[in-house]
Amino acid sequence: MAIKVLKPGLATTVQDLGRPGYYHIGIPLSGGMDRHALAAANLLVGNPEGAAVLEAVFMGPELEFTEDATVAIAGAELPPKLDGEPRETWTSFKVRRGQILSFDFLKQGARGYIAVAGGIDVPVVLGSRSTYALGALGGFKGRKLEAGDELPVGKVAAAVKDGRTVTRDLRGQPAGMPTEVRAMPGLYWHRITEAAGNGFFSDTWKVAPEADRIGYRFKGGKSLEFVPREPPFGAGSDPSNITDACYPYGSIQVPGGTEPIVLHRDAVSGGGYFMVGTVIAADMDLIGQLQPNTPVRFVKVGMDQALAARKNRTELLGKLRTALA
Amino acid sequence: MQTRFSFGGDEHIFAEVGEAMSLEAFFKSLFVTNAVRDAKIKGVTEICPANASYQIKFDPDQIKPDDLLTELKRLDTGSEKSEPVIKTRIIEIPVLYNDPWTHETLMRFRERHQDPNGTDLEYAARINGLDGVDAFIKAHSSAPWFVSMVGFVAGLPFLYQMVERKRQLQAPKYLRPRTDTPKLTVGHGGCFSCIYSVRGAGGYQMFGITPMPIYDPNQKISYLRDFMCLFRPGDIVKWKPIDRVAYDAAVADVDAGRFAPIIRDVSFSLTEFNRDIDAYNRKLDGVLHGH
Repeated sequence: MAIKVLKPGLATTVQDLGRPGYYHIGIPLSGGMDRHALAAANLLVGNPEGAAVLEAVFMGPELEFTEDATVAIAGAELPPKLDGEPRETWTSFKVRRGQILSFDFLKQGARGYIAVAGGIDVPVVLGSRSTYALGALGGFKGRKLEAGDELPVGKVAAAVKDGRTVTRDLRGQPAGMPTEVRAMPGLYWHRITEAAGNGFFSDTWKVAPEADRIGYRFKGGKSLEFVPREPPFGAGSDPSNITDACYPYGSIQVPGGTEPIVLHRDAVSGGGYFMVGTVIAADMDLIGQLQPNTPVRFVKVGMDQALAARKNRTELLGKLRTALA
Repeated sequence: MQTRFSFGGDEHIFAEVGEAMSLEAFFKSLFVTNAVRDAKIKGVTEICPANASYQIKFDPDQIKPDDLLTELKRLDTGSEKSEPVIKTRIIEIPVLYNDPWTHETLMRFRERHQDPNGTDLEYAARINGLDGVDAFIKAHSSAPWFVSMVGFVAGLPFLYQMVERKRQLQAPKYLRPRTDTPKLTVGHGGCFSCIYSVRGAGGYQMFGITPMPIYDPNQKISYLRDFMCLFRPGDIVKWKPIDRVAYDAAVADVDAGRFAPIIRDVSFSLTEFNRDIDAYNRKLDGVLHGH
């Protein structure tokens, strides 16, 4: 069983839940940027929730199936079409041998997860099938899909019916505008003035065009004013420089104090820019669904709120598992 | 040295050993992260030493953030008693300085540079008070360098020059980062040199290129079959300036699977190093070349 890639979309990659354990040598987690949607797509077609799927960003691919299959698309509102006939997102459906899966224009969100029963069966590299394109590692030949690729599909573990769906309350997608992204101040927060810190959390930012799997850039807020200092040896002369250090996932660096960048799942593991804090783990999926120009507010939270949000997200996944058991 | 701790969201603890770079801060970050690894703390998923800091990633569903912080503080304080000695490796890296590929790239991005009328090497020589490119290459390659961090992208080493601070080479990053850097470029920013493991964006000054791959995701290169990244924090690097003929020969050897890098095991004592840096570096050179 294989899937032929007729058109690759914009930047479609194979992703699972990621590759922990190698960040200390610069190999990031990778994996789906919206893990909840990735798990939902898999559960809809009867896969283990961490099976490898296709992550399509902004634009869907065009795929031809060489055998019958069950598929589901979750995450962004990227409407699927089977031989030109519309199908639902968040719903499993059958594809017959020779049929072509394509997509209509993106209606909402940024990343659609295309799960196929059996999972995309590319080789496991360092414990994961996820693509880390910057390092040409994992996924399909270490890169985004190209026309002419043939993706292997694994054996179906347990066949499921088509027409299974995920109700709206279990989808975990961003709601309302501006999108609120919760973050804990910290790391090098002391480098900026109190007024700058307040401005960071009260300004409305917009997602910049430079938004990808490495990080999301934001613009439109006020520049951050720094607390004066003598540059420490090794840091560099710009007030936003630090002695090169590790970057947490979700950390918010602000090069030159102007445009914040939130690092995501293909994060560069370290570098020489100060960070004002870190987006909480529970809100990382939301960032993966933001389109350029989306207004965003960063909301200041503490550890207790971060852990409570984390618990809510885990419970949502629990309900999703129960609903699709 | 008093370590500053901060939570990086609900999944990371960030620890700044020193604001400024120093071998003392680096050694402490290496010792504490080794101690964290040995302690096999439940819920810890990533242990990342860096130049003068370190970072631990954890699963707060398995260990309470405050409990991990308490444990880290204990290990951080305890590491101060360790004798600053590490068992490590010294690795020779051949470099074609002033090569045509980084030259082409630096000319292409000249408007992003502090000195649009010169080259990166000419600029670095001038601002470090050295008499021309050859003197700079000599200063860059005569003493060894510590791998004080691996990261940014897969397998990229940050290197810290093993000389007195007043002799350390420094250079700012490009005014605006380049969108392209040749693979295996030897670069420099702040007080750190690096080797770009993959082609891509970069802001460091570009001095040369090594024929010796340091990252191979396909693990076909003989010395990268066991693991795809060559470098580990704590490795020591000695640059070996080579000419174009030697560079081409090395590339051919790599392609034919014949290239054997010079890598020797060595014990490094920070106390002895600080006592007489030049003598200690000569001793390291002896280990590398077997005399």
